[in-house]
Amino acid sequence: MKIKAQIGMVMNLDKCIGCHTCSVTCKTTWTNREGAEYMWFNNVETKPGIGYPKRWEDQELYKGGWQLNKKGKLELKSGSKLSKVALGKIFYNPDMPEMKDYYEPWTYDYEKLTTAGNSKHTPVARAKSVVSGEYMDLEWGPNWEDQLAGAHVTGPKDPNIQKIEEEIKFNFEQAFMMYLPRLCEHCLNPSCVASCPSGAMYKREEDGIVLVDQEACRGWRYCMTGCPYKKVYFNWKTNKAEKCTFCFPRIESGLPTVCSETCTGRIRYLGVLLYDADRVLEAASTPDEKDLYEAQCDLFLDPNDPEVIAQARKDGISEEWIEGAQNSPVYKLAIEYKLAFPLHPEYRTLPMVWYVPPLSPIMNYFEGKDSIKNPDMIFPAIEEMRIPIQYLANMLTAGDTEAVKGALQRMAMMRSYMRTASSGKEFDVSRLERVGLTEQQTKQMYRLLAIAKYEDRFVVPTSHKEGHMNMYRSQGSAGYNEMGDFSMGTSQSSSPMSAQGGCDGCGPVAPAKSGKEIYEENFYGGIWRD
Amino acid sequence: MTNQFLWVIFPYLCMAIFVVGHLFRYRNDQFGWTAKSSEFIEKKLLMIGSLLFHIGIMPVIGGHVVGLGIPKEWTRALGVSDHMYHMGAIWVGGFFGFVTLAGMLILTARRVTLKNVRELSSRSDLIVNALLLFIVFIGIYSVVVTNAVKPEFDYRDSISIWFRSLLIFRPEAGLMSTVPLAFQLHILSGFLIFAMWPFTRLVHVWSVPLNYVRRSYILYRRNPKN
Repeated sequence: MKIKAQIGMVMNLDKCIGCHTCSVTCKTTWTNREGAEYMWFNNVETKPGIGYPKRWEDQELYKGGWQLNKKGKLELKSGSKLSKVALGKIFYNPDMPEMKDYYEPWTYDYEKLTTAGNSKHTPVARAKSVVSGEYMDLEWGPNWEDQLAGAHVTGPKDPNIQKIEEEIKFNFEQAFMMYLPRLCEHCLNPSCVASCPSGAMYKREEDGIVLVDQEACRGWRYCMTGCPYKKVYFNWKTNKAEKCTFCFPRIESGLPTVCSETCTGRIRYLGVLLYDADRVLEAASTPDEKDLYEAQCDLFLDPNDPEVIAQARKDGISEEWIEGAQNSPVYKLAIEYKLAFPLHPEYRTLPMVWYVPPLSPIMNYFEGKDSIKNPDMIFPAIEEMRIPIQYLANMLTAGDTEAVKGALQRMAMMRSYMRTASSGKEFDVSRLERVGLTEQQTKQMYRLLAIAKYEDRFVVPTSHKEGHMNMYRSQGSAGYNEMGDFSMGTSQSSSPMSAQGGCDGCGPVAPAKSGKEIYEENFYGGIWRD
Repeated sequence: MTNQFLWVIFPYLCMAIFVVGHLFRYRNDQFGWTAKSSEFIEKKLLMIGSLLFHIGIMPVIGGHVVGLGIPKEWTRALGVSDHMYHMGAIWVGGFFGFVTLAGMLILTARRVTLKNVRELSSRSDLIVNALLLFIVFIGIYSVVVTNAVKPEFDYRDSISIWFRSLLIFRPEAGLMSTVPLAFQLHILSGFLIFAMWPFTRLVHVWSVPLNYVRRSYILYRRNPKN
């Protein structure tokens, strides 16, 4: 056994309101620069829909992730290593998405609004391509399907819908929808890393974050094909691959990622999981797709087990991280309560951003009318939910409805329990046992899911850089200025993103601005601009 | 004097820039070192053009190495007569030359006519493109046209010996004065592109990821120990 630690995320889709705050704050932090305009390290999709890029879930088209070959051995779906280097795929990657599968980024001709002369009609700011600089007609964008817009056209093309046998109509009465916020999964068995011929992509030993070494990347683009979630992007300006960094500078300091921090619905949870790195390949090679979810759960070790703790110490995991694993909300939601599921486990990448499936409207009807009188109504009601269980299962458990049903039943039971508790009624505790919960657990679950305190949602131990570097000397040394100017950051030389990049150990630098300048910059009409 | 410059000084200068330039760029510009693919912008034309060009250019380079590097006596000793060698070079070399040229024409047309590809082309991309097209074209012209017009000319008696004389640092510029113009232009433009090589997208040739085949799939990186 070789224990490694991994920072994971859980998103409670039951509470996602699809506001895109996560996407916007992520974008302004990371991809607000030339060549990266089209990149959304985090995006929120309305499901059903074909998503971003179009039909990303269709692996027959994009060949992302892993598959088992005839001998039952794990191999990349896009082909062997040899075929990538020797058989001409290096000259032309047949499975790679194009910019138009995402969208062509544009800006607007804002100047027209102020320079237009007198005219009969209001001047209009026309859309202009950021790539060619020419006017363009907008035909697709990063959020084209928001709130089911056009779902009567794109919905039936959703690969998860196509796997459902019964006919699903997209008319008003029968429509359903949910939100799916997506970011890099920081997989335990990342197919992007396995696809990179230059060895530029790697998984960090200490926290499992998957990164691209911008200096080593040679732009072969196999990572884009390899990632089944289409979360590695090609910067058309620098010609290098870029991806979600899991906000590692923040994680290292014990802070949540920007998307988690700013989530208005407080749906995101961050925490440490300990897993057995020696058994990753075995778990990813599980023959039946439907067993992959269980196989992945089995990799995670109980952080309170003395044997696990002893082995973790031996493998160099610090006390803080072990403690973090013990208090991890991700462990509780995914392993203890079995409420959260990995996205598309059938891709065999063992993803580490997990989702609590959403309950949907019909529950209110059952809960409100009959479930109090007849407690067992919850069980058939789950089947009658507006979002078909099969649809959720196609996304979260490779089509196995039982696991998803169990999670939804536990959530419904928790609601029922808390409702009787707050209305002072009697609750038959044996009902909790039927879904595998205790009263104590139900209360904890309620606190974690519904109250969702900041300190309960984010349990992120800090990294221990003092062990391998001189923290004082390297202040301000991690910069991104080579990746192009951040349009927000160019004027501020004190910005950590633009200043001192590439300066390896040049030590602290005196601030370029006087206190008065900083004061004037940050105060506007007496209001603190943060 | 001109002879000395064109066939001694210029080639050595180009080769020196080639070597020093690569060392310099490799040490100072890892971030800029990339295959610079535009497949993300356009895929269909790239498929045909890029495959034709790359599949054509590899045997062509191999043919150049053999033709320039291996003396007549050696191939004769292997039992390959001069005529056989010549026919092989013309037909096989010519075939792959045309494949390369077709690819280059498609890639050039794509770069010039497609708005987005054109916008993303740097000046160095355009120069490399034009120069490569010229080199391939004049190379084929030398093989097909000059060879038909002047069948008595054998580059293995002049160009190859001159080229090897450069490699052993005993340059014999005189060998090049009687070489037909098309060959001369091909050689000079060829050296020119070697001089430009380290400063253009062509550096991706040295990054062909051969060790990927033997590597393990998943890579972990740990912090260096102090």
